[in-house]
Amino acid sequence: MRKQIHHILAFVMALSMAAFATAQSPAPPSALSVSDTPNDSGKSVDVTWSLSETDIFNPLNADATQMNPELIVSVYRIERMVTDSSSAEAKQEDLQWRQIAEPSAGETSFVDRTVQLGWTYNYRVCAVDNQGEASSWIVSESLVKPTMQIFDMSKAWLAIFMILFGGFVAYFINEARSGKKLWVRKIAGLEAIDEAVGRATEMGRPVLFVAGIQDINEIQTLAGLTVLSRVAKTAAEYGAQIEVPTCRSLVMAAARETVEAAYLAAGAPDSYQPDKIHYLTDEQFAFVAGVTGYMVREEPAACIYMGGFYAESLILAETGNHIGAIQVAGTAMPSQLPFFVASCDYTLIGEEFFAASAYLSDDPLQIGSLKGQDYGKFLSVLILIIGIFFATTASLSGDGDGFGAGARDYIKNNMLGSEGLGSFGGGNTDLEGDDS
Amino acid sequence: MKRTVPLIIAIVAGFVLLIANFIPFAESWGLTAQEWFNILAVGAMVLGGGNLVKLHLMKVSSKRKGWGYSVVTIACFFGTLFFGLLKIGVHPNPLTPDYAWSGYYLENGSTLWWIYEHMVVPLTSMMFAMLAFYVATAAFRAFRAKNTEATLLLVTAGVVLLGRTYAGVWLFEGWLPESMQWLRFDNLTVWIMDIPNTAGTRAITIGIALGVVATSLRILLGVDRSYLGQD
Amino acid sequence: MLKTLQNLDRRWIFLSMLLAVAIPILTRTVFPEVVSKQAKMVFDAIEDLPDGSNVLMSYDFDPASQGELLPMAQAFTRHCSVKGHKQYYMALWPLGSPMVDLSIDTIQSEYPDMIYGEDYVKFDYKAGGEAVIRMITQDLRGMFPMDSKGVPLDNIPMTKNIKNIQDMDLIVNVSAGDPGTKQWVQFAATPFGLTTVSGCTGVQAPQMYPYIPEQLAGVLGAIKAAAEYEAAIDEAYPSIAENPRAQEAKRRMGPQLVAHSLMIGLIVIGNWIFFVSRKRGQA
Repeated sequence: MRKQIHHILAFVMALSMAAFATAQSPAPPSALSVSDTPNDSGKSVDVTWSLSETDIFNPLNADATQMNPELIVSVYRIERMVTDSSSAEAKQEDLQWRQIAEPSAGETSFVDRTVQLGWTYNYRVCAVDNQGEASSWIVSESLVKPTMQIFDMSKAWLAIFMILFGGFVAYFINEARSGKKLWVRKIAGLEAIDEAVGRATEMGRPVLFVAGIQDINEIQTLAGLTVLSRVAKTAAEYGAQIEVPTCRSLVMAAARETVEAAYLAAGAPDSYQPDKIHYLTDEQFAFVAGVTGYMVREEPAACIYMGGFYAESLILAETGNHIGAIQVAGTAMPSQLPFFVASCDYTLIGEEFFAASAYLSDDPLQIGSLKGQDYGKFLSVLILIIGIFFATTASLSGDGDGFGAGARDYIKNNMLGSEGLGSFGGGNTDLEGDDS
Repeated sequence: MKRTVPLIIAIVAGFVLLIANFIPFAESWGLTAQEWFNILAVGAMVLGGGNLVKLHLMKVSSKRKGWGYSVVTIACFFGTLFFGLLKIGVHPNPLTPDYAWSGYYLENGSTLWWIYEHMVVPLTSMMFAMLAFYVATAAFRAFRAKNTEATLLLVTAGVVLLGRTYAGVWLFEGWLPESMQWLRFDNLTVWIMDIPNTAGTRAITIGIALGVVATSLRILLGVDRSYLGQD
Repeated sequence: MLKTLQNLDRRWIFLSMLLAVAIPILTRTVFPEVVSKQAKMVFDAIEDLPDGSNVLMSYDFDPASQGELLPMAQAFTRHCSVKGHKQYYMALWPLGSPMVDLSIDTIQSEYPDMIYGEDYVKFDYKAGGEAVIRMITQDLRGMFPMDSKGVPLDNIPMTKNIKNIQDMDLIVNVSAGDPGTKQWVQFAATPFGLTTVSGCTGVQAPQMYPYIPEQLAGVLGAIKAAAEYEAAIDEAYPSIAENPRAQEAKRRMGPQLVAHSLMIGLIVIGNWIFFVSRKRGQA
């Protein structure tokens, strides 16, 4: 009897062990690689791996329907351990393997942004199926130490273009300073400003100036204020009244300074009326309602719109048309240019508006910067033409990899993209010494 | 001194942030500067609001033409400020019932919400809707075939106007062969927006970008100081 | 006749436009829509996501552009709701927050099974535009420590495991200007490769097309594209096709057709005046 009980017990144990042995787990991921994230401040590490064989997103799986559904990977589990915390004290839990992320199936990378600069880490990854069974761990073959790069190499070409462009501008400013005469083509809209102010003086009606609806931190508003300076000076010289409603309080403050200085420069400080430069509201359409109301009541003879505008541009321009004012507009908002072109007498398109400040100043140094801007444009067009040439020749072969594909890709991904200088870029601090 | 100190601040801050863009450690300085600017701008709103109230009060006291509208402006200004700041009609947040002002300032049913829903929304929608009328008058007055470019613009405008509606499909239904379906106005519109329009927009955008860089350089180098009130 | 037209009071044009828009609305004229390539791209971007994906919805518009953008915003909400996607709402415009409330009202009335905090959540408006985007690409809690109801994100089931918006499977941006799609492309889609679709006003759309397909997976430009998107959703989901509230963009195509036809008529008349005047002037 005892022997029989022993046999039964042994049989039950064997069955349990067999059941345990056949409780399968998913296949582990492979090719785990860890590296310092390039071009950062040492606060992140890149972790990459290859998909598990039981991951349905693995392209090597011929037929996902043949897979045991219980083994299909649901998530990957990533754990991390601090191996060297430099001179700082690491928490006890960080010195053990600790889970830091659980990316979904199909993911092959993770960026760990919770690392400390200068500490050394080890990583391991396993696959977990939808039953909660985990595969074996794969541990990184090398440790990783996040380091800070001084210069973001992915922006190397941007820095080069900036230096080139700045160099052009600085060179021509220098040329102008040495007395060389630089020719700039006439911009009709800017020539018309004096005419517009003169007309307003003759008719005894005011000049309306709107510097856009953006705040003072926007470059278009600054460019608009530069034009305002010139318009205000002309109005002061002619004895015309100028009205400047603003959409932002800081713009009102800056515009007052600008106009006051212009009146002073024109020798008419007593004519300056600060209340003519006033704030209406931040709300876009409430602002334009206020301005158009003023236009219909006071009927300014000249309306000048210089700055960043949005949907209200057409309302302003059409109202100005209705009251018979001469209208000059300038903006760098491509979506509003058509409305101004259709409704205003003169329109400064895009970069003409930015050139206005230099153009109106008559200052040789500023005119020199315009020349530099033009050379910058030549450089851009040259790169465009070269890029188009190579893109065209590359596409002549069926697969798009014909002659010039390399040059095309370099221009697209490196010069105009974020891959930096190419093989000179990046920043990897793999402790084994090899760049991976 | 009044102009020199702001000029130095502008130049130093500009170059520091320009260079910080390339240094990973300092990349977030631009964000911080933006936050400082937002704080300044909010503080400046007091300046602007005060100026608005002052001008309208002066208009009311001197009974200049249209002073009645100034009364409306002042009443709306202070009314909205009162109802908004004091959160009239807003219930406390259920998580913090002891704090009377912990509720969402635009809570459904509150007075500020009512002002927004029944005044701000209809008025701003109305102003935006006026664009349709102004586009019609602009089209009638300005879209004349004065030269080749204007004619090309007209034709394109006609194609896009019809292509953006059912008419673009209906006009060609039943008779246009399959191989010529690209001539259908809605397909032509997609092509016009994708190719020539995109090319033109890109060209203008490149020019604008270069203009922005040149203007910014002039300001950073202190060559253009008109924003400080100096020619 | 020529003289009358030359001196035509613009109020007659305004009246014609009013009638052109009002009559189709009052007669409820609706036209069939053919789904364009662009609208299909946007539809596929949401449809192809596995059910239950994380979708960030940023409403960067205000009541002024509500007429053009709210129908597409609502269409996005319905499409994501029927797919069971988890919706994270935010706004970069101060008056965008009430627009989000309208979408939440839609969820609560048409999808009552969806639970706040598990299926959808709303963050308050935050000032700063691109600064907000740059922060939330790194640390969501740095900008939104709590949701709009004041509940810490760690206590909300659908946000407790979200570190930043790189955990989102899709960004849907409805934009009327700045800050808007351009900033989302510059600071989220391009540097982090986040899949983004945009719904924007007609005037903005040409500026967004250059971003397709690398930075933007698709763009809905103007109310026409919104109507096409609604048509694509109706085709895929008959339950939505039967919902009259889900046909708002399509309803607006009637006035658009008549108004556009009116404008073409005005252009033709304007040119007739121009040519006849020139001829008589030459004679």
